[in-house]
Amino acid sequence: MRASAWSDPVFRWLCKICAMLCGLLMVAFFVQLAFASGEAWSEFGLGFFVSTEWDPVRDLYGALPSIAGTVFTTIIALVIALPLAFVSALFIVDAPPWLSRLLGQAVDLLAAIPSIIYGMWGLFVLVPLMDKLWIALGVDHEYGGLGLLTSGLILSLMILPYICAVMRDVFRMTPPMLRESAFGIGCTRWETARDILMRYGIRGLLGGIFIGLGRALGETMAVLFVAGNIMQVPVGFLDGCTTIAATLANNFAEADGIQRSALFALGLILLVMAFAIQVLAQYYLRMTSAKRGEK
Amino acid sequence: MEPISKPTVGERTAPTGPALINLGRPPYKTLFWRKLQDNLVQAFSVAALALAVGVMLWILCTILVRGSEALSWDFLTTTTAPHGFKGGIGNALLGTLYITLFAALIAVPPAICAGIWLAEFGKQSRLADALRFSANVMMGMPSIVVGLFVYMILVAPMGASSGLAGSVSLAILMFPVVMRTTEDMLMMVPDTLRESGLALGLTRCRVTLQIICKAARNGMVTGVLLSVARVSGETAPLLFTAQFAQTWPNAFFNGPTASIPVLINNYGMSNFEDLQTAGWGASLVIAVLVLSINIIARVAFRDKKH
Repeated sequence: MRASAWSDPVFRWLCKICAMLCGLLMVAFFVQLAFASGEAWSEFGLGFFVSTEWDPVRDLYGALPSIAGTVFTTIIALVIALPLAFVSALFIVDAPPWLSRLLGQAVDLLAAIPSIIYGMWGLFVLVPLMDKLWIALGVDHEYGGLGLLTSGLILSLMILPYICAVMRDVFRMTPPMLRESAFGIGCTRWETARDILMRYGIRGLLGGIFIGLGRALGETMAVLFVAGNIMQVPVGFLDGCTTIAATLANNFAEADGIQRSALFALGLILLVMAFAIQVLAQYYLRMTSAKRGEK
Repeated sequence: MEPISKPTVGERTAPTGPALINLGRPPYKTLFWRKLQDNLVQAFSVAALALAVGVMLWILCTILVRGSEALSWDFLTTTTAPHGFKGGIGNALLGTLYITLFAALIAVPPAICAGIWLAEFGKQSRLADALRFSANVMMGMPSIVVGLFVYMILVAPMGASSGLAGSVSLAILMFPVVMRTTEDMLMMVPDTLRESGLALGLTRCRVTLQIICKAARNGMVTGVLLSVARVSGETAPLLFTAQFAQTWPNAFFNGPTASIPVLINNYGMSNFEDLQTAGWGASLVIAVLVLSINIIARVAFRDKKH
């Protein structure tokens, strides 16, 4: 038999199997985590979501503090990072070519810095700074510079370059004709950005937002260093807090039995949150694609 | 009877869709106000960018200043030592290289095959769309969850953490990234190239590997390098899988293996001045490593066409 007769189907199947690996892995994540957290679910039931206990002595565990910390830090990070990333991307696109290239590369490099370095910097530079700031302002702060606000700040610094890089690429893909037309009828730069760039690239912008959201949600190291790792539902900006990822990193190595199972349950919750974000993003884009005139 | 085409009052809706500039509705925005708004946004964007770049420089300066205190040839070539003893980060550096390179070895070939399938065979089929979606989910997967997963499938059955388990978790993080980059790069190759290859009588296999992949080579290499750079600084998945060891990585496949990110985590959390200094030194090393891979990938393999 000639080589060409069998090489094609074999190659095709090999590639197909490799591609299926990705889907298989995703399913395996859910199955494995659900399997490993079964004990915790049967022990605590749905009460696991609303319980604030974390007591290794009595073996009582609840997820609420970790979930609340994760959600709050993510919201703070997005609220700070989104507008900054949006206007930075606008500036980069509008800047003269040499400056645009330089700044674009700076943003790319900023996005490449490992998160552990943000954590280290946060702990040794930002935390003392925040502490001094609160003392200078005379604000009562129990946890030094640690806590919810500092975690949100570090996260926002971390996700800003990601979102900015995506938005910049989206703005660059807008056909120049559209922007020039807008300028031609007398729009200012901001009006062009708001009414042309933003509407044309909404798909990409959302993509960037969701990338940032996913990063902030699952980030471990940057938060671990500055959150304070206090198992409580934070009520003020200066309260110590913890996130799901930080709780896992802190407790998993020493945990066993039901505590380990509870940690796996936390992991599953984080996974489902990340999954839900993806599904929401895809769903929204599909629902609004007709309105935006795609297809 | 009313004609059907004429809507009744109740059905009439406000005109939808983007109005370009809202000039029609009084009070008109004056030119002064519009220009002021434009300038304010401009000032805001300069400030935002200055903040972002300023913070980057601040972080890099901090690492450079504090890290250079620790840096020396001995620091890079001796093993770690507990507090009070003179130690380096040599074992962690070597461990990071082992773990990262082995991860690339595991992840890159199947990921490229998967990307080829999506671009050349799967295209817009339902299965391909589902796999693209799963790749997106995997890319947004929190890295610590990957650590949990690998702990369950490798560390728990083997009874010990190992560098191999660390490599597998990094490989899982790399896989979807390389897969999607490969697909994107292959899609940019014009169809005429495929058709001319097939017209010469080559098989699909040879056309793909020898013509299409060759044409997309630069982009693919850049994608692989960037993903290697990204995972080499990952800490969270290594915490439970590779863990840490004070010795040289001589038991990569069945024993804990040191790595730079985990070392920074351990030393940064410690209360001893000398360990913290070593942690800054390690931060400097990993930052230089990651940033230089990034710069090499962007400069050396940049497509001349773009």
